[in-house]
This record gives sequence, C-alpha cells and structure tokens, in this order.
Amino acid sequence: MFDEEQLKAIAEARRAWERDVLGPALARAGERRDEFTTVSGRPVERLYTPLDQAGASYLAKIGFPGSYPFTRGVHATMYRGQLWTMRMFAGFGTAEETNARYKYLLEHGETGLSVAFDFPTLYGYDTDDPEAEGEFGKCGVAVSSLADMEVLFDGIPVDRITTSMTINGPAAVIWAMYIVAAERRGIPMAQLGGTIQNDILKEYIAQKSWIFPPRPSMRLIVDTIEFASRNLPRWNPISISGYHIREAGATAAQELAYTLADGFTYVEACLERGLDVDRFAPRLSFFFNAHNDLFEEIAKYRAARRIWARAMRERYGAKNPRSWWLRFHTQTAGCTLTAQQPENNVVRVTLQALAAVLGGTQSLHTNSMDEALALPSEQAVRVALRTQQIIAEESGVTNSVDPLAGSYLIETLTDRLEADAEAIFGEIQALGGVIPAIERGYFQRAIAESAYRYQHEVDCGQRRVVGVNCYQMPGPITIPLLKVDAEGERRQRERLARLRRERDAHAVRQALAALRRAATTSENLMPYILDAVRAYATLGETCRVLRDVFGEYREPSLF
Amino acid sequence: MSEERRIRVLVAKPGLDGHDRGAKVVARALRDAGMEVIYTGLRQTPEMIAEAALQEDVDVVGLSILSGAHLALLPRITELLRKNGMVDVLVIAGGIIPDEDVPALEAAGIARVFGPGTPTDEIAAYIRQQVAERRQA
Repeated sequence: MFDEEQLKAIAEARRAWERDVLGPALARAGERRDEFTTVSGRPVERLYTPLDQAGASYLAKIGFPGSYPFTRGVHATMYRGQLWTMRMFAGFGTAEETNARYKYLLEHGETGLSVAFDFPTLYGYDTDDPEAEGEFGKCGVAVSSLADMEVLFDGIPVDRITTSMTINGPAAVIWAMYIVAAERRGIPMAQLGGTIQNDILKEYIAQKSWIFPPRPSMRLIVDTIEFASRNLPRWNPISISGYHIREAGATAAQELAYTLADGFTYVEACLERGLDVDRFAPRLSFFFNAHNDLFEEIAKYRAARRIWARAMRERYGAKNPRSWWLRFHTQTAGCTLTAQQPENNVVRVTLQALAAVLGGTQSLHTNSMDEALALPSEQAVRVALRTQQIIAEESGVTNSVDPLAGSYLIETLTDRLEADAEAIFGEIQALGGVIPAIERGYFQRAIAESAYRYQHEVDCGQRRVVGVNCYQMPGPITIPLLKVDAEGERRQRERLARLRRERDAHAVRQALAALRRAATTSENLMPYILDAVRAYATLGETCRVLRDVFGEYREPSLF
Repeated sequence: MSEERRIRVLVAKPGLDGHDRGAKVVARALRDAGMEVIYTGLRQTPEMIAEAALQEDVDVVGLSILSGAHLALLPRITELLRKNGMVDVLVIAGGIIPDEDVPALEAAGIARVFGPGTPTDEIAAYIRQQVAERRQA
C-alpha cells in the first residue's frame, strides 16, 4: 500500500524513533509487562506501522464492501442501509411463558426472534420421557410437539419476522413443526424467513447436544439444505457455529478455523449429493462469538469473510457473488460473564457487542448481566437489548462502513488470524478431514488445552478479571433473578397427554412407519418428517424412529 | 496410614447438560494437583454416577451442573451414595447454582457448592483438607 521509497523512509524514521524516543522512555520507566497478549494468548506488538503492511495489496486483500473478497463487509452500505437484526436468544419453561417473553422483547424493539430450547428438546426427548427428569424448561423452552410450537408463536407475525432456532440433533423435526404451525395459519413455507442452527459438527466438537452419529447426521443436514433450496428461499437451513467452540475454551484462531472447516465439510457433503453450489451456498449462514479482546474479535470476523469468499470462489467454483458471502450472527461471550458484581457484565457485553458491530455482523444477541447466575430476568434482558440500541442509535459507529479498515493493527491481526486458520486447516486435512478429526478427539483435546491454559492464567493472576481476581468485593450477590412458573411442567405434561389422547393414532403410526422406511433409503426425509408433524407425532416419537434406524453417538471422555 | 493413598476424585456431569468446560478444567487441575481423577463424560444419570463412585472407590465426587436441574438431580445422587454405603465420600458441586438453592443442597449432603470464578487451587485445597479430616476420623 506504500511504495518502496515511502517504506524506506518510514523504516528509517522508525529506527530513529526507537533510538531517540522509545529507548529513553523505556530506560526511564519500563512497561507494565514483559509481554502483552490478546485474550487468546497471541503476542501483541507495542506499535503497528505501515511496515507491517508492506507487501499488502489493498485491492486484493481489503477491497470494497459488498465486493470480493468482502473483508470490509458483505453489503455495500452496511449499517447506513440497514441495522443488524437485534435478535435475543430466549426461552424458558412453557411455550406460554416464552411466548410472553418474545412479545415483551418485540415491544421493546427487538427485530428478530431466537429460540432457546430446553435440554430434553435438544436431545429429542418429550417432557414426559424419563430421560427428561428435572430438566423441563430449565435451559430453554420445552417443545415436544406441534401443539407446543403453535402456542410458542401464537400472535407473532411469523410471515414478517424472522426466527432463529438453536436446535441441532432434532433440527429437521423442530423446523418441520415451525413450518406446519405457519401452514395452519395460512402462511406458506416459501414466505418463512429464519434460521435453524442444524450444525452437528460443532456439537461433537463443543456444544455436545448430539443425537445421531456423524454420517446419518450429515445426511439429515443435507436433506434440510436441499429442501430449503427448493421450498424456503428465505430460510437459512444451517448456521455454522463457532460460538460454542469458543465458549468451550477455544482461542479466536481455533474458533475461526474450526468453524470454517466445518463449513467446507457441509459444502462438500452437499456437492457430493449432487446439489449445485450456487443453489445452496447463498443460504449458508454463520454464527460467531464476541469475546473480550476488541481488536482480535474484529479481525476475526474480517478474516472469516475473506477466507470464505476465496474458498467459495476458487475452490468450490461458485459463480454467484452471494455464494461468496459469509453472513453471520454474533452472540457476546457467555463465558466471560462473572457471577461476582454482575452489573459489571453490562460493560463487558457493551464492548463485545461493539466488536461484533465493528466487525460487520448481520445479527446480534447481547447477553444479560445475570446469566452467570440464572436465566435472564426481564429487567436484565431489557438492558442487554438497550445496549444494542445505544450502540446503533447513539455511538456513531454505524455511520461509516468497516471503520477500522486500514488500521495497521487491525489489518495485521486480520492477516495473522487468516494465516493461523490456514495452518489449522492443514492439521485437520492431515487427519483426513473434520469427521475423522472429531473421531480422534483432535478438536476436543485442543479446546480443553486452551480452556485449561486460560483458567491457569486467571488462577495465577496473570490474566486479570475484574471482580474475580482483582477489585473483589466481599458480601452476597444481590440481583433479582428470574422465577420460572413452578406449575409449568404439570401444564406441559397435561397438554402432551391430551395430545396423545385426542390425535388420530392411526395417522401417527402410518406417518412414523413411512418415515422409518424412508430413513433406511437415501430419500430426502423432510417430506416424511413434515407428515409426521402434521399428524401430531411428538418430537420424542419422531426422534425414536430415527434413533432406531441411525443409532446414537457416544463420545470419548477426554480431559 | 504410613503410606497415604492418593486422593481419588470422580468428576461427573449429571443430567443432559452439555456444558463440560468447567468439569474438564477442574478434572485437569485436580490431576495436576496430584489427585487421581476419573471423568465420567456427559449425560450421566444419578444411578450411573453413584455406581461409578462405588466401583472406583473414590474419596470425592465432584458434580458439575449448569443446566438448572441441580435441585432435582444432586440430592438423588447423595441419596444413592448413602444407599451404596458411601457415607464418608465428600460430595461437592459446581456450576450455575443460585445462592438461594445452596442451603437445600447442603441439607442434602453436598458439602460445598463452588460458583463461577472459583480458583481451581481453592477447590484442590478444600478437598485436601476435607479428605484429611475424614481419613483421621
């Protein structure tokens, strides 16, 4: 970006500065530490200058927003045209309680919905399954059947608002419930917009809510991608997620590389099915974490866009520019929230959300201050939403596209994260790809290692966490916490019992038998799952059929 | 005892909760602190955990739970441990557990609940002290 002459002059001036200015300053007073590092442990230099970007080509590496390689964003006008979607991840107790929370959030200005399901739902069990004991509505809302889904979205304009659902193992079934619930209201599936997470690879790697082994899981995912590309043009049938990988302890580079490697694996699986890359790639979406280190995070998003665009165009031969876009949702890092002095979390979340916005996110969830203690209260979630609104309306950071481009630090970090990711892709390749690497515990071991290193740094005081290992305050934590309706589980069980009593049992049996037959072939399972849902087969019953045919995944327990 | 047996710890994840970062970090820290650590892996029922504690003849059972199902699951585990005759075993817990739930867990025989932000060496020191007292008794 600078010519030879300029660079020579800068290098000379830098040497003089080191000698005449820096040297004496260091001699008078040293620096606070011997080494400064990012939150991922990457060393950070004192100063970045044009010399760090000496060989860089602006057009090839950075370019313009809305243009290849999209380092500066996927849209030409970014937030001047349209703000990101404010999408708060929410769910607890019964469908009724969660429905009320969605309406509360929409009333307060959120612009998209995001469903958190409880653990039994995530594992494909109904509320009345013995495996579900004690877990009802704890980490999200319980959805055991179409009847619950109908209550969950009652009175919500699903033809106008987009909904994201964090569901993986049973994603196809939950998606079918959403589609059929809309169908019953006269809204055709082609009109529905939203996202199912549906990313099983990161479940094995980090989030751990799997049901089936890798190969049948991949088949189900390709089924959903194929079905969406034909019938739901506004739907993202997968959200390839680094969020949980980071939460489990990964570094920024690991999050970036593992997520994109998962993405390549899905692309390859779809190509293997014979799908046209430009039919499905534009609807692949991503989901990243926003951790504490502001600049490292911004660089991560920029590097992600560049790597993905290049791979889609060069390696997979996509021709449609939309296939080159890496569109992503961001959630602030839950693992950084502290139980101590919980109000401080508002500040952490603000910085993390800022990173996501400066990095060009399409959609954002901001965590609530009380989440290291319980599910968010109404007040806490409102402050979290207001945090996004303040960034959007008051801070001015939305006025200009990719405002940090050209910063010597940001561009250098972007390049380095890209290089780190490429090195990790090489390691994964050497193991035979993502699935063999999962089966050998490669990701799990690397993440556990990074998590342990981080905890060690905190324990020994080398990494400071305000309120935890410095600036502590004695005394109990006082913050109002959410109370979940104690009667909810009883009502949910009653609804389920009534459903089993009143539905057409013959139709359920027939639909499940048809699904079982299709599961043993290579047919696309979505039409069969939709039929089962229309007959009010429950989540547990539908997943039982697939468990019988596909088996269940068991992971090796490493630490 | 002339030759002190190394402290044996079972780290377990009860219920459907998939959050295993904390369990793994604590397991590794206790191992680095010189203890023998057995990690059960995910999705363990109370019965599986009590059985593993007995089979492995552990001094300590560490339960990690972030799902909110602690009041339903943890007392069942202590009850099953007692039924197995493991009255001396030290049972501790960690995870997302609101303060107001702690008295009920203590009454059920959970010796101590470690919340988020607890340094791992504090957990190791607590285990050492408690196991030493139990061995002397």
